[in-house]
Amino acid sequence: MVDRPVELQSLPGYYGWYAALWCLVPGVVVALVWLGSAPWLLDGATLNGPGIDLASRSEAEVSLFMNNVKNLASGNIASLPDDPTLKLAAERYGELRGRGAAIASALAALFACAGFSYAFRRIRPDLAARDRIERVLRLTLMACSTLAVLITLGIVFSLLAETLRFFEKVSPIEFLFGTHWSPQTALRADQVGSSGSFGAVPIFTGTLLITSIAMLVAVPVGLMSAVYMGFYAGRRARAFAKPLLEVLAGVPTVVYGFFAALAVGPVMRDVGASLGLSVASESALAAGLIMGVMIIPFVSSLSDDAIAAVPEAMRNGSLGLGATESETIRNVILPAALPGIVSAFLLAASRAIGETMIVVMAAGMAANLTANPLEAVTTVTVQIVTLLTGDQEFDSAKTLSAFALGLVLFVVTLCLNLIALAVVRRFREEYE
Amino acid sequence: MQARLASRHAAERRFRLYGLFAIGVAVATLGGLLFSIVGKGYTAFVQTEILLDVYFDAAAVGDLEGLGDDERTAALRRVDYAGLLRDSLRAQFPEVEGRSAVRALTALVSAGARTTLREELVTDPDLLARRVPLWLTADDEVDMLMKGQVARDLPESERRLSDAQLAWVDALAAEGRIRTVFNRTFLTAGDSREPELAGIWGALVGTVLTLAVTLAVSFPMGVLAAVYLEEFAPRNRWTDLIEVNINNLAAVPSIVFGLLGLAVFLNVLNLPRSAPLVGGLTLALMTLPTIIIAARSAILSVPPSIREAARGVGASPLQVVAHHVLPLALPGILTGAIIGMARALGETAPLLMIGMVAFIVDVPASLTDAATALPVQVFLWADSPERGFVEKVSGAILVLLTFLLLMNAGAIVMRQKFEKRW
Repeated sequence: MVDRPVELQSLPGYYGWYAALWCLVPGVVVALVWLGSAPWLLDGATLNGPGIDLASRSEAEVSLFMNNVKNLASGNIASLPDDPTLKLAAERYGELRGRGAAIASALAALFACAGFSYAFRRIRPDLAARDRIERVLRLTLMACSTLAVLITLGIVFSLLAETLRFFEKVSPIEFLFGTHWSPQTALRADQVGSSGSFGAVPIFTGTLLITSIAMLVAVPVGLMSAVYMGFYAGRRARAFAKPLLEVLAGVPTVVYGFFAALAVGPVMRDVGASLGLSVASESALAAGLIMGVMIIPFVSSLSDDAIAAVPEAMRNGSLGLGATESETIRNVILPAALPGIVSAFLLAASRAIGETMIVVMAAGMAANLTANPLEAVTTVTVQIVTLLTGDQEFDSAKTLSAFALGLVLFVVTLCLNLIALAVVRRFREEYE
Repeated sequence: MQARLASRHAAERRFRLYGLFAIGVAVATLGGLLFSIVGKGYTAFVQTEILLDVYFDAAAVGDLEGLGDDERTAALRRVDYAGLLRDSLRAQFPEVEGRSAVRALTALVSAGARTTLREELVTDPDLLARRVPLWLTADDEVDMLMKGQVARDLPESERRLSDAQLAWVDALAAEGRIRTVFNRTFLTAGDSREPELAGIWGALVGTVLTLAVTLAVSFPMGVLAAVYLEEFAPRNRWTDLIEVNINNLAAVPSIVFGLLGLAVFLNVLNLPRSAPLVGGLTLALMTLPTIIIAARSAILSVPPSIREAARGVGASPLQVVAHHVLPLALPGILTGAIIGMARALGETAPLLMIGMVAFIVDVPASLTDAATALPVQVFLWADSPERGFVEKVSGAILVLLTFLLLMNAGAIVMRQKFEKRW
């Protein structure tokens, strides 16, 4: 005896996925909660355990102690201090970790089984399984896109938190307006040269100097390249020049920095010596020139987009009135494309300000308040790298100042980008 | 009017020349860069070796009778190979007397030659008490001399090789005991303080591991985010904010991402420093906006008729995307992903921030071992004072540029072959 065939609301696979998701997701959530909270829970429980008294130790000593405990508990017994408290703590840590992992696994399995049985019981032919699953998938999609906002928030909060800690030690006025940058903090109370001054103005002027040299190179070259390729170059020339500019854009900045440090810097110095000028081998000129070459493709392609957006009709009209090509470009096309071109310059400047490797390898490290391009200056990014790849502990004002500089860098580039966007949005003519 | 016409035409010619000149400047600088790097770097792929008759003195090894296999190997490893080298060199140049002169003589051969001798003896213990001719790696100064980088006409105090050392090298060359071979060490060894023993293999493995993590994290999330923003997101202020956010993130300097990685992954989450896992996650944060933007434009280019037809035969919105839109947009998405990966390959600043700046000799074996990446290796070697490292840096840059060229060429080929024009 056969009833009429049962009609499933969704394809059979969806019901399987329904049950699978109800089983997996609770288990995975429990596992993630354990993995995320384990460090704090274990540290706290071990330190507050019976027979372990660390009240007399400083915060750094306590964290070193916990490091040793974890090493001992996982079997790396290289050369640890002979401390009975250490062995006791390590045993307790290992025991707690084992117990915690067992409890977490049991809980995860329990939740998984509970989820599975719940789903299994709900499976019926008229269950809209596909809709349920697609709702979950849509939530996942939304979560992925919110990640972008989370990244920005993460950047802002992490930089802000460390910067505020820095401003507890050094006043913001001194940082933003002081003219002496000598970031040293004492490791001992009576250390010589321990007076640090954190006036960042020389760094800002150094960044401006190198960026302006770079823009002086990139703006004319980039704009004229875009104009030539847009209006004068034949098909073959364009097919040759465009990929070359893309190659310029694709070369890693370490390579540019190496070239600047090895070839351009000494050449500048020798040329200057033969002219009677004293040029530092790490001059702002060398770094600025190579940085300018690096952002040429940037300026060129953005200007090209802006120029291409001007309709043919305007060009043809101007030519029809008897203007030469260059007069058309100078009097009609460029003014029409001006918002886009200005925006391109701002974006290129933002890129130049944020550039790191070229200046780390080719520019100097001593903060020098000068407008002379033949001297060595330092930039914000160089200071961030030097301060954070040194060997100061993480709380000192020296390493925290790197985060303050990073925040300034982020804010400045963000403002430049937003202004570039606003310029295009407000001033661009709609021709269609 | 005619005069004005002539001057206008002259201005036109000048303007055209400026444009040509501008392109010429860009091309010339690129050419100069490549010429300089290739010129300095092609010698990194060859290595100088010295042929030495090495006498594996049985007296130096001690009594091997009655020892088990493991103990024999251990005893063979403990031999004073530096002494064996010294004696062999003295046998080659018997007229050399005095400790400083002998030391200068031994400095002609690389420190890594001791390891070569050890490996030879351990693999073939029958070499004991025999005089064997072996090709040994030369010291980096001799290497530079054979590659023509040492000026012989400088006074001795300004040279790294003394007159006596030059004479010995010339004597060896006259006997045909010096040759230049393909430098396998450069491509198979890890980092080292000695230029003649330094290689990029550790950095290559580190880069591959880091990029694998970057791809695995940023590609799925980027594509899914782009799908949501294009297909499902309602047009309200929240999604506008997300869009502005993504465009801004694409223009944030890479060092800021390094600071973010330092603050979040190392300080808050306590992940191991300098590991490919952390490097990959930081680079993923940096590549994510690029992939989202590329994926969005690829998805946007699929015509609405495809979507409507799919809905027409009964597909749900998610099925339309998964079965119809994504496969058609895939070439564009992959092209954008490859370009994003190529950019991540050349990034150094974020990796410096998360600690990949240490001197790592071992090849990383897992995602949590300390590692370095190829651009960081270039940066570290560029700081070293030895002349031998200049060619190693250039050689490493050539390898890096080759990889980038392959990736970009692959992206272009994929774009030409698979992209549909609707």
